[in-house]
Amino acid sequence: MADRNEPLDRIKSRRNAAVAAIVDRVPYITWLGIRFDRRGDELTAVLPFSEKLIGNPALPALHGGVTAAFLEIAGLVELTWASMWDDMESGRFVPDATLPGTAPRLAKTIDFSVDYLRSGLPRDSYARARVVRLGRRYSSVQVEAWQDNRGRPFAQANGHFLMPQGG
Amino acid sequence: MPQDDERAKIAKQFMDGLPHVSALGARLTGFGDTRAEIEMEWRADLVGDPRTGVIHGGVVSALMDTCGGASVMAHPDLPNGTATISLRIDYMRSATPRQKLRARAECFHITRTVAFVRAIALDDDEERPVATATGSFTVER
Repeated sequence: MADRNEPLDRIKSRRNAAVAAIVDRVPYITWLGIRFDRRGDELTAVLPFSEKLIGNPALPALHGGVTAAFLEIAGLVELTWASMWDDMESGRFVPDATLPGTAPRLAKTIDFSVDYLRSGLPRDSYARARVVRLGRRYSSVQVEAWQDNRGRPFAQANGHFLMPQGG
Repeated sequence: MPQDDERAKIAKQFMDGLPHVSALGARLTGFGDTRAEIEMEWRADLVGDPRTGVIHGGVVSALMDTCGGASVMAHPDLPNGTATISLRIDYMRSATPRQKLRARAECFHITRTVAFVRAIALDDDEERPVATATGSFTVER
């Protein structure tokens, strides 16, 4: 059970450390420049615009592959986060990026399907994912990405993931 | 792979010059007659799982998306441009660390407005695909 009297700054730093433990060790997430904003258990993936994300310089537009990768990362991080939440809050599992062996294990993507709804502008992008089904072996995740306007997503995706097995 | 010389040369210059494609270090190695091939080197900063050194699935997606678009441009109908409408990727296995990653795509059907593509991602073991993809793309006339 969560401790009602746990000091707020300790709750925040422990949760932020858990997000960092998932994200910071993945070189590709760093290379793309993706970071995660956290409000309680809600994660928003943020992809700040940079020149190397451009696919077509004539428009210009974000590369479709960048959009796919952004959505996949948002989905995978949300899934890892959601699957460790209960153990993390009860203190059974304390992920720490600085301690080897406590990094959360990542699920493997089985399939990932992206709808491109409009072209990605040369601006910052945001994504939120929802774990539709969290299973012991298979999970299903939906992701939506937007830029200026939350109500006008520029891409959405759903994917299936194989959960890490054997502890 | 057949090369439609002049168009292939222009396509190669265009593709290899796209900022994200060049940031990945990917290059067009085949182009023409509804097909395209792209390859890139393994790189430490593109790794998804530092425990194994396996490249991130997102890189595979980016490669397949690029290659899919290139195969549309390689169609003899000669579209002026293309953009991805949808792309579905199935991941068969992890790409082997430190091996070249290669994507091959074929635009197997095209209408006035939509192109249909299938693609495959490979490492050195070409008998066992890393991933397959199917996608639909716009056709700019």
